[in-house]
Amino acid sequence: MTQMVLNRNEKLDVDEILKDLEHYEPRRRGWTWRKPVENLEMGPFKYKQCSEPLKQGVPLPPAKYFDGIDPQPIETITTEIASGRFEDDIRRMRMGAWHGADHLMVIRHMGQSHIDGLMEGTPQGIGGVPITRKQVRAQRKAIDAIEDEVGRPINYHSYISGVAGPDVAVMFAEEGVNGAHQDPQYNILYRDINCVRSIVDACESKKVMQWGEILQIDGAHNANATARDAWKVMPELIVQHSINSLLSERAGILPENISLSTVPPTATPAPCCYMDLPYAVALRQICNRYKMRAQMNTKYIDSSTREATVTHVMNLLISRLTSADIQSTITPDEGRNVPWHIYNIEACDTAKQALLGFDGLNEMLQLNMDADGPLAQNARKIKEKALLFMEEIVEVGGYFQAVQEGFFVDSAEYPERNGDGIARQIEGGIGYGYIFDRDDDYMAPVTAHFGNNNVEQYGANPENPSELIGGCTFEDRSKIVFIDELDDDNVNNRLAEVEEYRHGTKIKPEVEWCADGIIQVTMTLPANRRTSEVVALKIAAGLGLENAEVISREVLQEAEGTRIELKGKVPFDIDLKDIVVPPEPKFLNDDQLYEEFGNNPCTVVCGTVGDDEHSVGLREIINIKHGGIEKWGIKINYLGTSVSVEKLVDAAIELNADVIMASTIISHDNVHYKNMKRINDLAIEKGIRDKVLILAGGTQVIPAEACKTGIDAGFGRNSHGIDVATFIVEAHRKARGEASLID
Amino acid sequence: MKRQDDFQERRKHIANLSDEELYTKFWETTEEVVAPLIDLGKKNTTPSVERSVLLRMGVSSLDTQKIVEGCMDRNLMRKGAGHCVYKLSKLRNISIREASIKLAEGDGWDEVSQSFKEVK
Repeated sequence: MTQMVLNRNEKLDVDEILKDLEHYEPRRRGWTWRKPVENLEMGPFKYKQCSEPLKQGVPLPPAKYFDGIDPQPIETITTEIASGRFEDDIRRMRMGAWHGADHLMVIRHMGQSHIDGLMEGTPQGIGGVPITRKQVRAQRKAIDAIEDEVGRPINYHSYISGVAGPDVAVMFAEEGVNGAHQDPQYNILYRDINCVRSIVDACESKKVMQWGEILQIDGAHNANATARDAWKVMPELIVQHSINSLLSERAGILPENISLSTVPPTATPAPCCYMDLPYAVALRQICNRYKMRAQMNTKYIDSSTREATVTHVMNLLISRLTSADIQSTITPDEGRNVPWHIYNIEACDTAKQALLGFDGLNEMLQLNMDADGPLAQNARKIKEKALLFMEEIVEVGGYFQAVQEGFFVDSAEYPERNGDGIARQIEGGIGYGYIFDRDDDYMAPVTAHFGNNNVEQYGANPENPSELIGGCTFEDRSKIVFIDELDDDNVNNRLAEVEEYRHGTKIKPEVEWCADGIIQVTMTLPANRRTSEVVALKIAAGLGLENAEVISREVLQEAEGTRIELKGKVPFDIDLKDIVVPPEPKFLNDDQLYEEFGNNPCTVVCGTVGDDEHSVGLREIINIKHGGIEKWGIKINYLGTSVSVEKLVDAAIELNADVIMASTIISHDNVHYKNMKRINDLAIEKGIRDKVLILAGGTQVIPAEACKTGIDAGFGRNSHGIDVATFIVEAHRKARGEASLID
Repeated sequence: MKRQDDFQERRKHIANLSDEELYTKFWETTEEVVAPLIDLGKKNTTPSVERSVLLRMGVSSLDTQKIVEGCMDRNLMRKGAGHCVYKLSKLRNISIREASIKLAEGDGWDEVSQSFKEVK
């Protein structure tokens, strides 16, 4: 089995992943945490809560001002991926890993909970991916290559729930899945799967998970997302977390492999931190044996990604003020349902940015836990209510009875009850009637079976039950039956449809699937909301976008304006054969420029030529405040605006300048090029052309045209000080017979 | 059930507990809730538990449900689906995988049922 190697400049080839998949073996079992580094030094900074850096990745945007450093917080960072096509999700996983995600959570196809047995092949999903052995193995293989590329282990995660929980658990253990949601309460409350069935299945699933060292994440956060008023379910959330966690421990999972999925229950305009913090403290006090997976609030986000991001940063503050082992990142698009690549990346960056920003904050801030203060008082109250809730479960006759009586997800805050909880019948729901007593001679000759395996009736050792059959798949992988495809709805056919985009020269925009053609357009319309929506769709039609849909609208003022965001499909391709992509300009770095201009002092005379009062462009090029060339020690003689070309050349002679720089904004009748030619001619006439560089710039300057006038270089729109400084150094080195620093 | 907030009344018996005592009582109570569930898991099985046993025995996922249905039709779930496959492999001296394919095809069930009756 050869390991795939990814090259940072090449797209990940899904064909390569699918090749020889039936023989691919996962290289490890179990969850991996980041490795904290005490007082990590990166660039000029020292970090208190960071972990081993990546080999390569994409740093935060302002990192360019900090030598490109990309510190990684200590928390595992999750990204959840759910496009329905696993082959495209693989590419997004790579993007996520480069932005710091090391927990890749695959959302499952809607409806898989109710499918009795494993799904196989690679059908397309809705709202997620159909979880199959082939899909899991392909993603595991890809992730193994991606983790080598970024230089950090990546945890792969999906769901062990529904009426095939134990089947899925076995497959995950065999295929090297590292984390999974497992919580029978999720089946019971939200999927209406029979409660007894769910518990029996959960015991088996959990036992298998411990063999696979799969980190378990529970499902309690769903009560928060489902409840009418999310902040009122706080006592119940603790109850749900605790029931599943203790059930897991008793089924064999070690406490360090149990993680609670916890959400700050509320959001602004509620005073959310005041309400969420006591809850976070109470939960961590009660469930102190377990890990915390901090999820972000999804209940109260609308379609503004800005607003969602602010909520999430406040959630991250709660994480850092209390604790989080895993920081999940819900994509800020949740409220508009556009689960696109970019939103996974934005969410990962939000987490990384906030956690880095809060680095070491706990050394300076401490929670005020005064017994009479609101934090201790409110936390205590939540814990008492959780205990009373649990006591009442026992009083009514146990968990199933409590479920039947609608204890859970009631809209009132316990112990008040509104009588509108989710009630499920003990003798009802999906899977009811499919629970069977085990006889005394019941037998299961496999590893990690919950309850008695009874292999001793055939003379085998119950501690090693699979010996009876010469080892099960957990000991002997060759016994795993790999099933490839079952029908035409498969990855090969989907890939064939987009072949010209994958391996050809054609390009289409993409938000989630190869060549989906979708773009997002943002506009502000000077009209009320309703009108703006209609007008926006007309504009989309005018632009030729297909299937346009408004995804967000924000009122600026009821009559004055509405900001609309819409999505639509671009009906054409761009063929790379038809375009020329010029090479990236190369620059010298700060150190090189300081050294060059330190060793070879340089004097510039400059001004805006012609009858022109513009000065902004030239100032941007020279002024230190705007990243101009002064910064590297170049001596600037700025002559002002409306300078004559004669004055410019005379000043160069008088000051013995090395460079003449002219800004030429007005381009009417090509006066800008004419002025360049006159500067060049005058410099020749006055005998200084050999010793000065002549540079000209302006918004209408085309570099190649400028050079035709005889000057040394032209700089057009979007030129910066760095372009000019690099050119000067290179030209001077060439004149001195020294080698270029760029090539 | 509808109920007014009676927290003050309801908390009386725990109001004076220290935080540590509250913690201990909480987990003791949770244990009371969880213990019967664990017991249930030990004494019962389900189609998915049995399919997961079959998968670990090296049975194809395309056959697991067929075998479990065969067990349910013949009241053999209580013996274990993996047990049935094991029985047939011994009775016919064939591999576990071969036995599983036979049972999934509907072949061998009478022998398996009979052998359980003989043991009794």
